[in-house]
Amino acid sequence: MAATQRSSLVVEIGGLPIRLHCDDPAFIRLLSERYQGYVTSYSGGLQVPARPAGGEPTPAPSFDFEIELAPPGTESGDDDLTVTWDSGRWLMQRGDFRAEWNPSTARGRIEQTINPYSLDSVLRIVHTLLLARKGGFLIHSSSAIRNGRAFLFSGVSGAGKTTMARLAPPDATLLTDEISYVTRQDGRYDAVGTPFFGELARVGENERAPIECVYLLAKGSENKIEPIDAAGAVRGLLGNILFFARDPEFVKLVFDAAVGFVSRVPVRRLTFAPDARVWELIQ
Amino acid sequence: MNDKRYVSRSTAIAARVLGDEMMVMSATTSTLFTLDEVATVIWEAADGATPLDEIVTNKVCAQFDITPEVALKDAEVLVEQLAEHGLLLLSDQPILQSSASPKVNL
Repeated sequence: MAATQRSSLVVEIGGLPIRLHCDDPAFIRLLSERYQGYVTSYSGGLQVPARPAGGEPTPAPSFDFEIELAPPGTESGDDDLTVTWDSGRWLMQRGDFRAEWNPSTARGRIEQTINPYSLDSVLRIVHTLLLARKGGFLIHSSSAIRNGRAFLFSGVSGAGKTTMARLAPPDATLLTDEISYVTRQDGRYDAVGTPFFGELARVGENERAPIECVYLLAKGSENKIEPIDAAGAVRGLLGNILFFARDPEFVKLVFDAAVGFVSRVPVRRLTFAPDARVWELIQ
Repeated sequence: MNDKRYVSRSTAIAARVLGDEMMVMSATTSTLFTLDEVATVIWEAADGATPLDEIVTNKVCAQFDITPEVALKDAEVLVEQLAEHGLLLLSDQPILQSSASPKVNL
């Protein structure tokens, strides 16, 4: 009896494996290229090297998503993103995708057109929701590891996240130039590499390190680091933490995550002139 | 006729003291507010059962050098503003709130 094998791959970000299924092997192959370095399992007919997650055994997928591809041209570019909790499911919707995810069954479904960026958004949302419960978050920032410690450079679009990534010295390991992944475990906060990139258009290294400091970016004529009080640090972080769901309990979790983070990790203001000397301050 | 005003903290907020400031975040609008010392005293005393004028007399005037008349006038303005942003509930009757909110299972 012949068996039909569906195409699938597992994308593991922050130690959380998510299996993606789709009837279209070409799309799964596209995803395997998009998430290169974060794919721990692949079944699509063509062999793509799967990252062995630092040599450790690959954990079983925590969640499964079925991807249903809609015909090109069916997306509506004007619709804003909405994320709502309804009847035990998270519902996510934007012009280019509709998705639902049931945390209890660990299963979800995504309807989208053939582009990897819709899935990018769904993954960011799912990780944001999961991290909030654990005191972590995704934040608009570039990040890099230097001497075994991670540094985050946070700010809105145009603040200099990608510039800091471009100016990083050769000994720095770039985790992302756009969205940093912050986890909390046993009171320790780590930055983890992500495949979410900005203008640099380069997937971050899939590495992890304890966070030494978060710098809120400001452009100026000289390079300097200034302290920020706790309230200012929370304000600064909350302005940059990815924040999709307007659910009251979720908002409280994110607020608590920011406060908890500030109690453990220094947050400072980094004013910088766009040249490589700024990295002399980042040690 | 009861001309007392009662104030109660909304359950749809998250609040923490950070340094000298009380930070309050609206869970419905995600807007962040910072309260000064006097506002923090009123905020913490807003239990829904204690009338505002008693909060002003027993808490605010006890801690700050201000007359009850001025303090009450300022407090009235403050609670109106906080209520507009959904951080406080106002009523001419004691306020009993359910702390229950829809449970989200992440």
